[in-house]
Amino acid sequence: MLTEHAKVMKALAAAGEIAGRKKLQKMIYIAKKLDFPFYEKFDFHFYGPYSEELTCRIEELCALGFLHEVKEKKSGYVQYRYTLTEAGEQFLRHYDWDMPGLAECMQAMNGQNARFLELVSTVLYFEHLSKDEVKEKIAVVKSKQRYTEDEIEEAYAYIEALRSRCNKGACV
Amino acid sequence: MYSGGQLDEEKVFKDPVHRYIHVRDKVIWDLIGTKEFQRLRRIKQLGTTYLTFHGAEHSRFNHSLGVYEIIRRIIDDVFVGRDHWDHNERLLCLCAALLHDLGHGPFSHSFEKVFRLDHEDFTQAIILGDTEVNAALREVGDDFPQKVAEVIAKTYPNKLVVSLISSQIDADRMDYLLRDAYYTGVSYGYFDMERILRVMRPREDQVVIKRSGMHAVEDYIMSRYQMYWQVYFHPVTRSAEVILTKILHRAKKLYEDGYTFATKPTHFLSFFAGHVTLGDYLALDEAIILFYFQQWQYERDPVLSDLCRRFVHRRLFKYTEFHPTNEQMAKLIELRELFKKAGIDPDYYLVVDSSSDLPYDFYRPGEEGERLPIYLLMPNGELRELSRESVLVDAISGKRRTDHKLYFPADFLEDLSTKRTVKKKIMEILKG
Repeated sequence: MLTEHAKVMKALAAAGEIAGRKKLQKMIYIAKKLDFPFYEKFDFHFYGPYSEELTCRIEELCALGFLHEVKEKKSGYVQYRYTLTEAGEQFLRHYDWDMPGLAECMQAMNGQNARFLELVSTVLYFEHLSKDEVKEKIAVVKSKQRYTEDEIEEAYAYIEALRSRCNKGACV
Repeated sequence: MYSGGQLDEEKVFKDPVHRYIHVRDKVIWDLIGTKEFQRLRRIKQLGTTYLTFHGAEHSRFNHSLGVYEIIRRIIDDVFVGRDHWDHNERLLCLCAALLHDLGHGPFSHSFEKVFRLDHEDFTQAIILGDTEVNAALREVGDDFPQKVAEVIAKTYPNKLVVSLISSQIDADRMDYLLRDAYYTGVSYGYFDMERILRVMRPREDQVVIKRSGMHAVEDYIMSRYQMYWQVYFHPVTRSAEVILTKILHRAKKLYEDGYTFATKPTHFLSFFAGHVTLGDYLALDEAIILFYFQQWQYERDPVLSDLCRRFVHRRLFKYTEFHPTNEQMAKLIELRELFKKAGIDPDYYLVVDSSSDLPYDFYRPGEEGERLPIYLLMPNGELRELSRESVLVDAISGKRRTDHKLYFPADFLEDLSTKRTVKKKIMEILKG
């Protein structure tokens, strides 16, 4: 019952606070690609992998009072920050299972900025392609972000590190 | 090679929504005739909605032709000769429009949830695999199937082309709103599509709407909003969907437990085992699923047979509003225990269904990394996001739109011949 809601909340509880809807989307997508059991459906959108289902779920959790959403005006755009409320923590007590390694993974990703996570999630989206093809793809579909060769290499290294640490039950 | 190859004479399909669907390009005609595209005739556009709105028997085939026709009108009547529009992309757009739903399976929403599948993966596999669709597309060019697949996957470099098929005001949504309104018989899905098409303008990354067409777009957004609450989120349809999902879960569980089916689930075996081939996937349609449901009414397993009977004879679960606060969650846990005491398995007969479980989306004004919003092209050439100009759209796009329901078999609980006390207690809690 509401297990998928609880999983998203576990991820948020582990991260502490997530600043930005884009960042939240990319963190869950990356966790899903690392084989954590998230089942929200993601499509490729203008800003990379995006899940309408996840957006809806977050709205529901806010409406239930389990997540606290703060809207902040930044220069030229609006950003949302998310934290678990006390009621949310209480709700999570109904779910005594754990996702080993998730907490470390979410904390590690939360230390990165949204631009980098957008790149990491895009690399993962195209991971069925060769590295050269992925670079070509990023140059085309993410032309406005102007990712450098070094950043792409860094994203690959980051994914590898995340994977090996997560497999051992603790993330970078 | 017949890039741009035309039929000797235009073919038309009669269509209740667009009146006529016009086909001049040979590749479109060939694609419609493929067995993979014809399969869409056997998959209903609205899944279980026909159990609520009896007219909703239309198929993915109708809808796919409709999306193609809308794109054809946009390209041939509105975009041709305009800046930002590359007419060499015409055939690519038409093919992508026609094939965008090709990978949908029977009752695909429930199916995908239970078997952890994604119809979009199958769309890609059909277009790129050893299929009649692939052969027809390759007649245009060796790389043409790949391009069509990329447009549908939204990874094609030309974002304008992608946005025609998939954006917040795309041909897909315009067709399904009008078509679903027509077939369900409701009066709130209508909007002036002709007007919207006339005010669409191509830009580098997406289609925008001339400011003078804002009221037509408002109407489209309102129609969408009303269709969600009145048709797509209808609690009775969701009840049927809940039962369908539980049938699939039960059949899978029985298979895993080594149960011997009276009617062996041959068509489901690879789904249960988690290694579905494209051939297995294409072999399934709704007629086959309903055949199994008919047969499984007579299985020894009481849960499977009961759920199938409910689906086939429309004996659906009743529902109550459920706001899963901590207090309600405690009640839910209590209810699960009481269900067990009453001899009713809560895993199959007590189900929370949330709006986020439904495959539909409201208009989003595109804040911070979400989907691109609808932009209005102002008379001075500036672009403005729709909800900043429209009070009406602003009013509905800022609202919380969440809904949770709790489904249960009222008929079991009202039968007081057994477990009378516990059932009465359950009904008291459910009635609040």
